[in-house]
Amino acid sequence: MKVLGNIGKYFLMLNIIFSKPEKWRIFRVRLMNEIETIGIKSLPIVTILSVFMGAVISLQTAANMDSPLLPEYTIGFITRSSTILEFSPTILSLILAGKIGSNIASEIGTMRVTEQIDALETMGVNSLSYLVLPKIAAAILFFPIMTIFSIGLSLIGGWIAIVSSNLSTTETYIFGLRSFFVLSNIGYALIKTVVFAFVIVSISSFYGYYTKGGALDVGRSSTQAVVISSIVILICNFFLTQMILL
Amino acid sequence: MIEVKNINKAFGSNKILKNLSAKFETGKVNMIIGQSGQGKSVLAKCIVGLHEVDEGIVSYDGRNFSELDNFQRREIRKEIGMLFQGSALFDSMTVEENIMFPLKMFTDMSKKQMLERANFCLDRVNLSGKNKLLPAECSGGMQKRIAIARAIAMKPKYLFCDEPNSGLDPKTSIVIDNLIKEITYEYNITTVVISHDMNSVIEIGDNIIFIHEGQNWWSGDRNSIIKTDNKEIIDFVYASEFMGRIKSLMQNNI
Repeated sequence: MKVLGNIGKYFLMLNIIFSKPEKWRIFRVRLMNEIETIGIKSLPIVTILSVFMGAVISLQTAANMDSPLLPEYTIGFITRSSTILEFSPTILSLILAGKIGSNIASEIGTMRVTEQIDALETMGVNSLSYLVLPKIAAAILFFPIMTIFSIGLSLIGGWIAIVSSNLSTTETYIFGLRSFFVLSNIGYALIKTVVFAFVIVSISSFYGYYTKGGALDVGRSSTQAVVISSIVILICNFFLTQMILL
Repeated sequence: MIEVKNINKAFGSNKILKNLSAKFETGKVNMIIGQSGQGKSVLAKCIVGLHEVDEGIVSYDGRNFSELDNFQRREIRKEIGMLFQGSALFDSMTVEENIMFPLKMFTDMSKKQMLERANFCLDRVNLSGKNKLLPAECSGGMQKRIAIARAIAMKPKYLFCDEPNSGLDPKTSIVIDNLIKEITYEYNITTVVISHDMNSVIEIGDNIIFIHEGQNWWSGDRNSIIKTDNKEIIDFVYASEFMGRIKSLMQNNI
């Protein structure tokens, strides 16, 4: 019953979030700040993760290619497919759910327990729209950019690993990357990314906004936000894959 | 004037406010007092709409707050200034930005005009020149004064103060009390103060409401509260040894 109650409360919250901002000028300023916090400040971790994940995917593929019938360009092909289909949109979102989700839940949760949200409400500000809408907009705008960035870096990471280990040549790797390329897979990755961005920010905001109690409860909300966002991302991943790829 | 009529509020099976009625007059410091857990803060939050009342009416100068939709409520809230127990300053903003926040949100003032207003409010609470400090860099008393400056920035018609003296030393408490009193008389606003502090009650309480077990147990002014023979009020007012001594001095006509 509590789960159903929370789901209902979540959708009611969304209804309030998507109301017209009090002032568009303030919304734009907050949007830019959130793009910096949610997007630009996440670029270092995205860079490190993408390069190393790409490198590991290509090395593992090379290590498992026992059959001489498998062409060498399979390494590039597998690296590209894994990165576009799963790593950059899904795994990266799961990791960002940890970083961004906990940040959002603790920020809004702290505002709740220190009565800053009550202060906004008594001033007549729609606190949900003011606090959450710019975060959702920033994530939806910036996550696709991060995904494209991550795909590029992963492929570079794979190339560095393969060439520096003398497992293949640059030409063969690039040939693999270009083989059987399906452009719509990029669309699939971007659609997933947008959905996951929305899931991470809205669920984390939900847990932060409805925090009750003190500092311990802020920590608890933060953990719940990450756990629930991750589960919802995996469920959405399954259904989106069924709907788009099959 | 703010009026509450027969309001009831419960959290689950726990009834907090029971058929409570009260009037808070304009141009006066109206104090809500009572022991912890009797429903003072819940009453204040019901009045400003942070809690929904289960039954009853809350009206602001005849406007029935309980019947208004969210948009209309926000319009009334723009006329409310509130000082929270923990100040509730936005910790990512400077003092100046905190005070200018409601002006940015709800007025079309130029930046220069907003800055002038912020400086005026800061000057009014004796904090001129503290514009660029962050709330974390300010003492508890300063934070309360900044919160008062933010609360009066929009020239409110109603001012709510939730335990304005909590965590402050007696001297700073008097400064805050005097500030609330002066602002109330100067701008002729309806001020509602929730307090435990008997010193504040005696200093600034024009109208006093004593809440006990979620009900308006007693109401009167600062002169009548020290003369009342109501047992619950006597227990509350003279709970401290200091007030007990004052009572015995009064009884002995010393």
